Amino acid sequence: MATTAATVGQVGHAGHVDDRSFLRKYIFSTDHKIIGIQFLIMSLVFLALGGTLAMMMRWQLGFPGQAMPGGTVLPETMAPGGVLLPEFYISLVTMHGTFMVFFAIMPLLVGVFGNFLIPLKIGAPDMAFPRLNMMSFWVAVSSGLIMLAGFWAEGGHAGAGWTAYAPLSEAPEYSGVSLGQQLWCLSLIVLGLSSMLGAVNYITTVINMRAPGMTWFRLPLSIWALFITAILVLLAIPILAGGAIMLLFDQTIGTHFFKPATGGQVLLWQHLFWFFGHPEVYILILPAMGMVSDIIANGSRKPIFGYESMVFAIMGIGFLGWIVWGHHMFQSGMNPTLGQTFMISTLFIAVPSAIKVFNWMGTMWRGSLHFHVPMLHAVAFVAMFVIGGLSGVFMASTPVDIYIHDTYFIVAHIHYVLFGGSLFALFAAITYWYPKMFGRMMNPFWGKVHFWLTFGFYNLTFFPMHQLGLQGHMRRIYDPTEYTFLQPLQPLNQFISIAAFLLFASQALFALNFILSWFTGAKADVNPWRDNALEWSVPSPPPHGNFAVTPTVYRGPYEYSSPETSDDYLPQDKRLPTDRMPASQPAGD
Amino acid sequence: MGWSWLLPHGASTFAARIDFMYYVILAITGIAFFVVELGLVWFLIKYRARPGRKAEYIHGSTKAEITWTSVTAVTVVVIGLMSGPVWNQVKGRHSVPADAMPLAARAQQFEWHFTYPGPDGQLETADDFSLRNQLHVVVNRPAVMLLQAEDVIHSFFVPAWRIKQDAVPGLGIRVWFQPTEVGTFELACAELCGLGHYRMRAQVTVHTQEAYDQWLAEQGQNVAIR
Repeated sequence: MATTAATVGQVGHAGHVDDRSFLRKYIFSTDHKIIGIQFLIMSLVFLALGGTLAMMMRWQLGFPGQAMPGGTVLPETMAPGGVLLPEFYISLVTMHGTFMVFFAIMPLLVGVFGNFLIPLKIGAPDMAFPRLNMMSFWVAVSSGLIMLAGFWAEGGHAGAGWTAYAPLSEAPEYSGVSLGQQLWCLSLIVLGLSSMLGAVNYITTVINMRAPGMTWFRLPLSIWALFITAILVLLAIPILAGGAIMLLFDQTIGTHFFKPATGGQVLLWQHLFWFFGHPEVYILILPAMGMVSDIIANGSRKPIFGYESMVFAIMGIGFLGWIVWGHHMFQSGMNPTLGQTFMISTLFIAVPSAIKVFNWMGTMWRGSLHFHVPMLHAVAFVAMFVIGGLSGVFMASTPVDIYIHDTYFIVAHIHYVLFGGSLFALFAAITYWYPKMFGRMMNPFWGKVHFWLTFGFYNLTFFPMHQLGLQGHMRRIYDPTEYTFLQPLQPLNQFISIAAFLLFASQALFALNFILSWFTGAKADVNPWRDNALEWSVPSPPPHGNFAVTPTVYRGPYEYSSPETSDDYLPQDKRLPTDRMPASQPAGD
Repeated sequence: MGWSWLLPHGASTFAARIDFMYYVILAITGIAFFVVELGLVWFLIKYRARPGRKAEYIHGSTKAEITWTSVTAVTVVVIGLMSGPVWNQVKGRHSVPADAMPLAARAQQFEWHFTYPGPDGQLETADDFSLRNQLHVVVNRPAVMLLQAEDVIHSFFVPAWRIKQDAVPGLGIRVWFQPTEVGTFELACAELCGLGHYRMRAQVTVHTQEAYDQWLAEQGQNVAIR
């Protein structure tokens, strides 16, 4: 990575002369690996921003009405004298959710690892449409800039929650926000374009560009998950874009899709949003599950338990994702009979989720567990996803949901799935593939310190939110002390805030480790984790074009501790005397 | 400090059944939690890498897959079957008791307006009167409220009664409840409705029938004076 424009004429591993200019190589690159790294940097910046917004919310909740330390740098329209205003607080709520979902977790999983892993793991030189891929990244950046611009908008940024429920989201007379919400819509429409460009690319690449011998059932589970996710993105994003366009039109050109006074339907927005939104939830977890499967098999030095069940569970979750959206709307006033149907379909998600959890445990069972930093995060993913999955059963049950809907129980649940789940999986994935991305190892000691601090403070922050919710503590309220029944919970709110500050501070270790290792980390060899997948057969980082010779695949990616070899791993492209050459066309196998 | 898995005290006819359902799920998920998490920790210790021991080359077990798939499926079906009737009692289309006292509520930023039927017990008559942020009902007597929203979505939430229902502009949604305890309770807005969402609260007063009648008479006098 230390090469610059000066090293023109460097001979790539693939044997061709790499004479791209700096601009073509690192900025407007069509190389899937560079685009993956670009997405990584972009989404880590937004992750940090989303976290910062959360810290401000936690300050207000723990210490309502007190001046926030350093808060005086904010303008008068947000925090006069450092005390957050209620209208700014709901913008924080909205933008924390928006940035984390759309600009941090989703691009980290799909943009970063979809890009980086798919061609490398299937033995392809690049994506099917490299230029679309480049466009996808720069469109995402533009979308992020539009979303950021909202903070400077007259009337403040969008403040109707990341779910933007109409009519609050489209009525400046009720929200005080106009331009901010319009930028929010515009940004998501643009981001949708980026996601669809990516999804088309991933689907085409996985179908058409697998190396000889890479049959469907030899694909790593990360690739299966990213493939199913790409299908979900392709089908779900247009619905969000459609809804956002309608919302934008209601605000700007006088349509009234969601305006009840003129015949619009308020609940239509919720149906559109959640018909996108629930598949989106699985877009945010399936790639995490896939990558965790790869890492747990590696850390256990054992084949993945029930590979085919795992594949079918991914498909099952992907399918069920389309018929459960109504569980977000049990209390919305939709026909109560629908509540019953959506309850049953929702409860059934427990089945593929349980299959996955038990198969991860089966993989560890009788394994030889090596607790490298990615493995620690992957195991934490399983442990935390179990909590997030089980807490989901409570709100799937319609009568229990009547009480806990829109309380902190839901906040706890979503954070056990998206932080305890997706983000721990991302820490696992980033630390695991860092050597392949940058050619250097992250510091394992500081990696472990970061893991333990994060794991501890994470649980201290989010676990007590279940308790808040059980006492009836509503979501998205600026000052809980307004209510007599919430006042006894204030010490718990303060406790959570302090834990959250420490959780946030602990991430500095990750940031420092990430940045410093880029320059000073130990050089990574080709296969530091002794992994079987194809990306570990090429140099770290792989050259432009990835493979000098298209690899031939003889087996699945999880042949650890195979009796056929004295090593405890058996690469997918290593030909044993007993292996036959595969048919030249992998598709249709 | 509130570190409890118990639900707070309930004061309506829904509370017992909803709370029971909650505790059933708490027990089931609690068992699953301990089995899985303790199993996980046990595996982490037992199968940690040690010199001289190699992982076993196992690809899976159909029997195990069938077991955990069917156990999970049966469990969630049971939860679904138990939940259905409770949901129907609270929100089902035909759940409202015929003798329920009629009320109307209009939610707007950031207050609740309750309309009472007056002495004749009927809404939309001349003796109706409205109060701001005060809900008065009779203990052990069902009441049904027509819930409407003026501007944006709000949500009618009385934690002690275990009832929550969104108030949606353009829709009139009927929500019913039957308090079982005399006293005062808090009513909160549970759906983000703008910058004053956090202070959109009202007071609920549950009277005995006699106290309610007396209160109603006082309201009538006030109306008459005005």
